Amino acid sequence: MQSISPKNAISIRGLTKTYANGFQALKGIDLDVKENDFFALLGPNGAGKSTIIGIISTLVRASSGAIQVFGQDVATHVYETKLSLGIVPQEINFSQFEKVGDIVITQAGYYGLRGDLAKQRAEKYLRKLDLWEKRDNRSRMLSGGMKRRLMIARALVHEPRLLILDEPTAGVDIELRRSMWEFLQELNRNGTTIILTTHYLEEAESLCRNIAIINQGQIVENTSMRKLLDKLARQTLVFDTCDELESAPTFNDPDILCTTIDSHSFEISLSTSRDINGIYAALSEQGILIRGMRNKTNRLEELFLSSLKN
Amino acid sequence: MPGNSMLTNHKYIAFETILIKEIRRFTRIWLQTLVPPAITIGLYFLIFGNLIGGRIGQMGGFDYVDFIVPGLIMMAVIQNAYANVSSSFFSNKFQRCIEEILVSPVPNYIILLGFVAGGMARGVAVGLIVTAMSFFFTSLHIEHVFLTLLVVLLTSMVFSLAGFINALYANTFDDISIIPTFVLTPLIYLGGVFYSIELLPTFGQWISALNPVLYMVNTFRYGILGTSDVNILWALFMLGVFSAGLFGVALYLLRKGTGLRQ
Repeated sequence: MQSISPKNAISIRGLTKTYANGFQALKGIDLDVKENDFFALLGPNGAGKSTIIGIISTLVRASSGAIQVFGQDVATHVYETKLSLGIVPQEINFSQFEKVGDIVITQAGYYGLRGDLAKQRAEKYLRKLDLWEKRDNRSRMLSGGMKRRLMIARALVHEPRLLILDEPTAGVDIELRRSMWEFLQELNRNGTTIILTTHYLEEAESLCRNIAIINQGQIVENTSMRKLLDKLARQTLVFDTCDELESAPTFNDPDILCTTIDSHSFEISLSTSRDINGIYAALSEQGILIRGMRNKTNRLEELFLSSLKN
Repeated sequence: MPGNSMLTNHKYIAFETILIKEIRRFTRIWLQTLVPPAITIGLYFLIFGNLIGGRIGQMGGFDYVDFIVPGLIMMAVIQNAYANVSSSFFSNKFQRCIEEILVSPVPNYIILLGFVAGGMARGVAVGLIVTAMSFFFTSLHIEHVFLTLLVVLLTSMVFSLAGFINALYANTFDDISIIPTFVLTPLIYLGGVFYSIELLPTFGQWISALNPVLYMVNTFRYGILGTSDVNILWALFMLGVFSAGLFGVALYLLRKGTGLRQ
């Protein structure tokens, strides 16, 4: 068991959880998340992500192990650790009959905030999450995306130092997801540590600096996003051409493998360690004008699947 | 830097927040919470008090309608205090919004006090409505105002606590209707609401003495009419014991996480 650093927002040591039905959800988790980090916790369904969040938020009791939040033990410093935490759960968990504004103001009351301060905080976060106009609506009238944003506003009303989001953008449309990303990035820039679980690997790649992959109750990868992506040996790039291709482009480098997709596109596979400037030069020499280029596969997805296999 | 427990002022705000939320809930759905007991008890007043009561004559030295009014008020208080906490807390569990409080730093005893105070508020509110309705059928004057208020508060607290424990154990909405139907209703009907236990044979009086509702109804009747089948001090002592006992059990279950934490 490693020692716990006081500079961590979260330190987890030897965490295990066996449910009453005998299912062992966690098999000895060690995990550190640094202060001000934007951290991704990835894993397939049933891997143990929500159990970890449940234990941190005290909704689930650990079978063994220890968790510290900003250096304070969750089991012994309940008040301080809960004050530092904001939780956005995976499932909608507010009353469907309450008004949007009341839900956020009530949550403020649970943290000892009342009156004008509670109302100011509620207004601040409802405005930031584009829900202010809906403050007098019953929560059941909100769309799925609005309900998720309401849970974020509710989790922020006491201004926690650590925000944990369990799949916050599940079922949210692309435009809304992007605006939520921007909001979370702004929050992180202003000093809030963020831990995110998600199924959208693109989301983790875009937002997070560090990442842990959990599978069957164990951490199988725990590193920075950069280092993880560097592990990918090859990548496949798809090129769209301005004009119709007369023949497939050719390259004098055996590392570069080119395949035509259709009359206006082709794909190139090459090592991730090399630059791609030479490819453009070779294409220009062959008179091929490129209109656009994209990565064929989600890089993180490949690494994720490879981590799970290993 | 916060200490290792919630500030007293913050605890009070959290308590007040839960209480206001509870009051907001039962007043929002007043057609389900405040009107039905008024109609039911009004019918009891009309049928048992005015129509049949006139033929029954006197009970315990009072007109029958005067005799049953305190019991009927108490019945409304008991049923509504219990129903408020059991349905509200279970509904919070069912919709998972109880997690809002559980992840916050609110201590368990504040959560318990908040919900119990909400149940007491509905019990008292319904009690006041039913009392106001009773003036259409009889002219009551209260003999011991302080005792009457004390009994209403203690009784609504006892049954709010019982409703809370029921909700902790409940897994389905059926589970919160079983106790009121099979336990609460018989206890109330056999607790001296409609008759004096002096009418029962000795064995029946002994059995009735085990029914906590008997003490509540009779102490309340003593507060209003000045007459009772039981010793008032003993009844108050029993109410205190029930309150403390149920509070201890509810707090223990809450700390243990029964029905709430996995």
